[in-house]
Amino acid sequence: MAATLRPARPARSKRSGPRRGTALAALATAVAAAVVLSLAVGAQTLSPAEVWHAVVAPEPGAQATAIVRDLRLPRTILGLLVGLALGAAGALTQGHTRNPIADPGLLGISAGAAFAVVIGIQLGADALTGYVWFAFAGALLASVLVFGIAAGRQGGPTPVALALAGMAISSLLSAFTQSILLADDASLNVFRFWVVGSLSGRDTGVAAQVSPFIVAGLLLALFNAPALNALGLGEDVARALGQRVFAARAVGVAAIVLLTGAATAACGPIGFLGLVVPHAARALTGPDHRWLIPCSALAGAAVLLAADVLGRVVVRPAELQTGIVLAAVGAPFFIALVRRRRGVVKL
Amino acid sequence: MTALLVRPAGRRLVRAGRLSTTVSARSVVVGAAGLAATAAVAVVSIGQGSFTIAPADVVDVLLGGGTGAQRLVVLDLRLPRILTALLVGAALAASGALTQTFTRNPLASPDVLGVTNGASLGAVAVIVLAGPASGAVPLAALAGGLVAATLVYLLAWRRGIDGYRLVLVGLGVGEIVQSGVSWFLVRAEIVDAARATVWLNGSVAGADWAQVRPLAAALAVLLPVAVATSFTLQALQFDDDVTRSLGVRLQPARLAVVLTAVALAAAAVSAAGPVEFVAFVVPQIALRLCGGSRPPVLVSAILGALLVSAADLAARTTLPDRELPVGLVTAIVGAPYLLWLLVRTNRRVSA
Repeated sequence: MAATLRPARPARSKRSGPRRGTALAALATAVAAAVVLSLAVGAQTLSPAEVWHAVVAPEPGAQATAIVRDLRLPRTILGLLVGLALGAAGALTQGHTRNPIADPGLLGISAGAAFAVVIGIQLGADALTGYVWFAFAGALLASVLVFGIAAGRQGGPTPVALALAGMAISSLLSAFTQSILLADDASLNVFRFWVVGSLSGRDTGVAAQVSPFIVAGLLLALFNAPALNALGLGEDVARALGQRVFAARAVGVAAIVLLTGAATAACGPIGFLGLVVPHAARALTGPDHRWLIPCSALAGAAVLLAADVLGRVVVRPAELQTGIVLAAVGAPFFIALVRRRRGVVKL
Repeated sequence: MTALLVRPAGRRLVRAGRLSTTVSARSVVVGAAGLAATAAVAVVSIGQGSFTIAPADVVDVLLGGGTGAQRLVVLDLRLPRILTALLVGAALAASGALTQTFTRNPLASPDVLGVTNGASLGAVAVIVLAGPASGAVPLAALAGGLVAATLVYLLAWRRGIDGYRLVLVGLGVGEIVQSGVSWFLVRAEIVDAARATVWLNGSVAGADWAQVRPLAAALAVLLPVAVATSFTLQALQFDDDVTRSLGVRLQPARLAVVLTAVALAAAAVSAAGPVEFVAFVVPQIALRLCGGSRPPVLVSAILGALLVSAADLAARTTLPDRELPVGLVTAIVGAPYLLWLLVRTNRRVSA
């Protein structure tokens, strides 16, 4: 009896369960492959067997062990974390602003982090790793300001208000950043390497410092997904469906800030990753955020690690910054995706 | 073209022969006030500098009077710079209004058409490879902007142009080009990188008549075209099917709008570098001041001229020992104003 009262199950769409499950599994495999590549490839290429040995049964003093455990493993873990963070944050940002050209740095995060890093350089913070806390604090302050402005108006934090407030605060902060840099070539010299975005030169501590924020952000993002689906129907409908709109927005923005802030603090702004990966993931999963967010996170990790590996290979023995590789290789792929007939699922 | 059966409240009908349109009283007031403010800023700005001239004398010189020294300072030194600021502001803001309307995206600016990034790559390449003294910088910027925009348009073409696809392709192409800029900046000597950064922030300092003339000629053609396209823009802000059913030939109309927006932005960027923020913020400010459903083109142009000329005045006068690039001041002035409008407004504005 109870079964007959349930609403009719909707006809199975092309993007129903099994296909999305396959996509998720395929992406997880891709991440695993990218991790192995990232551990094996570099100035000295190791075989997968050597990598396996170095990870599972390290021999102190062996060269392969030193390369893998001291150099490549920390970098790979960092790339994995940052890629997951930016992929998930990108999907959340585009969902909450309902704007396909929103990148995770939009809510003032990248500009806030950059401004704080320049302040840090001025105050004499040392080395790239010294900027982590500056960048994170800057990202946090800027995005709280953006959300406060968007939330403080009548009508609350609507998608347009969030996007415009984010854009305005970002422009304002980057104007301050640029005015400092224009007067100070020494700072520009340090800053231009930070702003291009890279995984190299970060010591082991960085991944440990940012990982709690990224894990918390990922959990919040998954928790936010059902509410974000409802918000996609419009705020009035979402409210009618019993969603607490303001709370859902606040949770979403908090997740975006934790994820992007931590990622930017660790690697500099690699906003492009969070911009394109959700579009690619959406082509696989459709617009359901419960699937989109995990798929986007995994795709982000796979793409970032692959770009990093590529950056080590193309100009051996030197390295090309990950941000540059991402743009140069990722963007043509993205354009090809967008050009496919059903390549892009509109928001 | 788009017959409005019901005249919206607050709009008046204007007829000129067979053409007719509706104009809202509010946008007329905003436009007139903007023009007056722009004129005032321009006159004050011409008078400011190491050789100060009273506003009354400035007007006198502009009307053909004044002493020899005053004429030299005003006409040869300061007027070209002020005119560049006015024209660049108008061009960028109009271009932004067109872009935001037909992409139906308030975050869009000519950046997403590839113009700005392409121009940046052209200019930075010349600065780094040939030195900043090279006169080829504006030309390289113009060429880079047009090439990148053509690339975006061609890559986004797939049995027609779709606004959604265009902005995404534009972002992709923009990112490739931008990574080229970063690559040059990372590889360059720090001296060249610093000079390139100055150009990248947008500046009207050192503008002379040789720069003003082509810019003015371009605007004399493009601004009327931009205003004329706003008739079709009115229809383009809707869904594709609605637009078609209103009798607009979608692809030609869209091509005309894109071409106009690209040409306006390319002209401005090659003259002054990417004074980017103007193209994004001014249409949104104009929209919130005038009301309505999309950024008004003409009022945007007027307010753009006002913002850039006022920012240039501030850039020249606030810090006596060094001059900020005007592109930074537009952001410092424009962003808080947009935020204030955003917080204050209780109307629902969608575009």
